Amino acid sequence: MSFLELRNVSKSYGAGSTLVNALVDASLSVDRGHLVAVMGPSGSGKSSLLTIAGSLEEPTSGEVLIEGKSLASMSYNDKARLRRRAIGYVFQDFNLLAGLTALENVSLPLELDDVSARKARTLAMAALENIGIADRAGHFPDELSGGERQRVAIARAVAGERHLLLADEPSGALDSANGEAVMKMIRAACKQGVAAVVVTHDAHLASWADRVLFLKDGRIVDQTVPPPSAESLLAPTPTL
Amino acid sequence: MSVRHALLALLSEGPKYGFQLRQEFEEGTGDVWPLNVGQVYSTLQRLEHSGHIESDDSAEEGPQKVFRLTEEGKAELHRWLSSPTDMASPPRDELVIKVLSALRVPGVDVNDLIQLHRRYLVELMQQWTHLKDDEAEFDLAFALVVDAELSRLDSVIRWLDQAEGRLKRAEVEPAGVSTVPPLRRRLVPRR
Repeated sequence: MSFLELRNVSKSYGAGSTLVNALVDASLSVDRGHLVAVMGPSGSGKSSLLTIAGSLEEPTSGEVLIEGKSLASMSYNDKARLRRRAIGYVFQDFNLLAGLTALENVSLPLELDDVSARKARTLAMAALENIGIADRAGHFPDELSGGERQRVAIARAVAGERHLLLADEPSGALDSANGEAVMKMIRAACKQGVAAVVVTHDAHLASWADRVLFLKDGRIVDQTVPPPSAESLLAPTPTL
Repeated sequence: MSVRHALLALLSEGPKYGFQLRQEFEEGTGDVWPLNVGQVYSTLQRLEHSGHIESDDSAEEGPQKVFRLTEEGKAELHRWLSSPTDMASPPRDELVIKVLSALRVPGVDVNDLIQLHRRYLVELMQQWTHLKDDEAEFDLAFALVVDAELSRLDSVIRWLDQAEGRLKRAEVEPAGVSTVPPLRRRLVPRR
């Protein structure tokens, strides 16, 4: 069973002459352990797809299922709980709380979900250790580099029992070495059973994914087929 | 790719056998560019002929022959390394020609052609990127080659994105834009 599934999801904003169809009949499924990238230019509907997948926005039509459960059938409180418990978000500009240390940034969402303060800190520390930034746990965001801040954001997104990671241009503000490190961490999270969706306009980022979907004017127009073994790269180049 | 100069670079470390040069070239480029034996020996012959390398005359032709760099070869290697690689002339790029040709052929949707290539290029990038997952296999030379290849493929995708945007704008604002803009000026870069 797919961990995340979008079935014929459409989203429009405005009405009449100001109507904008941000997403049109988009379907997508992501299994645990898989990284899916959605690639498209600005305004193609990438961010709408991500906010709808993360239940931050309602689709105009269509259905979103997480672990087989339709979001439409859930109460407001159930959805809020699902967001806290099962879904982690990573944004381009990190969105860390400036007044909290790295450790507190990671443990806060767990505490808001009624995990005891002690257990939340243990889980948060484990997540920071997992991505090699435990030594910066006591630092505030403005004492961290961009790459370190994004690591903290990833730790926050996967700490505890979260199994769905949604990332919007997660390495957009970073240099290529840090960007690569971020994508490696997301892949490592997938290897531990997380289902991840990364939306990006950047082919470098998208190429870390198991599958890449192409979004154009709100529609998923194409997708990659699973890549053959890398050995084929050393064979003569195929001609189109 | 200058196999000739890469062989001179390997010989700058000291005299080497032909088979050894082939092996070191392949290892040093992350095994991405395999060389056949014939290619190695014909290049070595040319280098010997031009005085850039010399061999032990007493040895027979074949794998036991040792090659070493001459002073001329050393000078040529340094000249190569200290001058910019010629990138001034635009290569006759098949993809660019294909997109320009598609604009002229009735019934061909250039956007489909662009997406076909975009997907193909992203699939190639996926294959290269997935090699990075295996750190153990990822030595410095191979990492540099993989980065170069990823950047090259990415730059083609960026051009496709630009082309798609340009074509879309040309559709919206057709005034003054012919379907096939004539290339009036030859693209001769100044040196």
